[in-house]
Amino acid sequence: MGKVLIELKNLTKRYGDMTAVDHINLTIRENEFVTLLGPSGCGKTTTLRMIGGFEEPDEGEIYFEGKLLNNVPPYKRNINTVFQRYALFTHLNVFENVAFGLRIKKVPKHEIEQRVKRMLKMVDLEGFEKRYVDSLSGGQQQRVAIARALVNEPKVLLLDEPLGALDLKLRKEMQIELLDMQRRVGITFIYVTHDQEEALTMSDTVVVMNKGVIQQVGTPQDIYNEPINRFVADFIGESNIIEATMPEDFKVAFDGVVLDCVDKGFEPNEPVDIVIRPEDIRIVTNPDEGMIKGTVTSVVFKGVHYEMLIQSDYREYMVHRTMMFPVGSVVGMNIQPADIQVMKRGEAIE
Amino acid sequence: MNKKLRLLAYPYSVWMGIFIVIPLFLILVYSVTTGDIHDASSLKLSGESYKKVLEPIYLNIIKDSFVLAAASTLICLLLGYPAAMIISNTNIKYRGLVLVFFIVPIWMNFLLRTYAWMSLLSPNGFLNRFLMWLGLPKLELMPGQGAVLVGMVYNFLPFMVLPIYTVLSKIDKNVLEAASDLGGNKIVTFFRVVLPLSVPGVVSGITMVFMPAVSTFIISGLLGGSKTPLIGDLIEQQFISSRNWHFGSALSIILMVMILISMAIMSRIDQNNAQEGRKV
Repeated sequence: MGKVLIELKNLTKRYGDMTAVDHINLTIRENEFVTLLGPSGCGKTTTLRMIGGFEEPDEGEIYFEGKLLNNVPPYKRNINTVFQRYALFTHLNVFENVAFGLRIKKVPKHEIEQRVKRMLKMVDLEGFEKRYVDSLSGGQQQRVAIARALVNEPKVLLLDEPLGALDLKLRKEMQIELLDMQRRVGITFIYVTHDQEEALTMSDTVVVMNKGVIQQVGTPQDIYNEPINRFVADFIGESNIIEATMPEDFKVAFDGVVLDCVDKGFEPNEPVDIVIRPEDIRIVTNPDEGMIKGTVTSVVFKGVHYEMLIQSDYREYMVHRTMMFPVGSVVGMNIQPADIQVMKRGEAIE
Repeated sequence: MNKKLRLLAYPYSVWMGIFIVIPLFLILVYSVTTGDIHDASSLKLSGESYKKVLEPIYLNIIKDSFVLAAASTLICLLLGYPAAMIISNTNIKYRGLVLVFFIVPIWMNFLLRTYAWMSLLSPNGFLNRFLMWLGLPKLELMPGQGAVLVGMVYNFLPFMVLPIYTVLSKIDKNVLEAASDLGGNKIVTFFRVVLPLSVPGVVSGITMVFMPAVSTFIISGLLGGSKTPLIGDLIEQQFISSRNWHFGSALSIILMVMILISMAIMSRIDQNNAQEGRKV
């Protein structure tokens, strides 16, 4: 793991009575691709804007390479931003947009020329130097915005939902390109998105936020396979969330069955929530061979798999299988111990 | 274009012909002839009116008019730009109110506003009584060009503020943040981003102030007195009291040509600014 680059300590931002960001603590390392993920209004953009210097924290500190950053204005921070709607300079052409930061820093002319050209080559916009930014497509404007930020060789690049305005296909392409760029330039990216798939695809570390509070920090695998609470499980991917109890270590009880699991350390009979991902439920045609019995009530073809709803005596399960079981058939469902994720009871961390 | 739609344009064409083209043509005819204006047969082609314009006394009046109009435009710009910035930076809740303060003077009658300045600036007016009360010497602003300048700036300032304010308020706040993000402090951001983006507003503001300022006759008539007439007063005088329509027409044509030239220069500046980004 790289050196610690940014540290947020008890960072808080209030707007009137509303607390947008509530005492968050976070450590960001060199070369890390960190994604702040959450629904709109969860405080992810506000956190990013405080790191960029566009919002002043009401409480707490931001450290950059060990130095307090709170009162440093944006133009003195070694951090650059790619804004949500790009915020390009419409009175300047592509070259001058990218050169903007270097001109202010009084970089020699021939060096500006070289660096801008190199950067435009990297974002695949060679030959667009004299074009006006208005005449570019959304994807091209996006690349100009990235080039304009990266040409300054910042230590950290902040990206505020940079792909939000693009269509699905272009967004997927740009995700891969952005990731590739981050690996090549070797700097820290702090990326804000509400798209969980995007977060899982790109990040080294995902920070899931809700109502101004960090819910969970972890690798995409951690977040998906071991969500810490109902909110995270629900926000990341599809899930069956069930209220259960743990009679003893490695056992969960719900709906009249007791299943094996791999979790321990809860109080005896402590109420918990468990998560079972739809793709982790296996179906057997003989209901008696299953741990739970149920009747298929709906089948939707999703391309790679079928999404089926199976009604047991107690609840409805969502199941993803490549094999289809017709509506009305009574089937058995089996779940492996490792596919049951046990979480402390509670909606989310408030 | 659709033929039926084209028919709809005819009334307007007729209107334009009767009220714009023909009068302009008549003025052009009067300006290059001499004789009785009511008797077409007596009109003779002559350059006399234009020759008269070239007499030093009239050239001076034209020069004064342009200098005074340019000065009032400049002052309006220097006062109006910061005012527009202040308004566009005002919290949206109070912005409407602040804007109204700038616009309210336009709602009042133009003549009334100018009369108000007369009573403020006249030799025994409010200003001088105030100065005397302070024990300071009197100011002899009125009648004179100083008072005319004050009147022009007061009357035309809103026309400078409004277009600049409109352009400034349309600038995306994110763009200013981007400039700051890229290393620009407030001053750099102003000169490299805000000012270039606001040029269209400045150009239309200058046009909207300069044109009425250069041709005004009420302000100069009321505040300037008869010693320092402007080209507008001169034209009025030719048509109303001197009854020399030929000379009045020639002056009008010259004023028009000069305004056209100034407009052409302004639109050139606007275009250059728009093209500046293309240069590498």
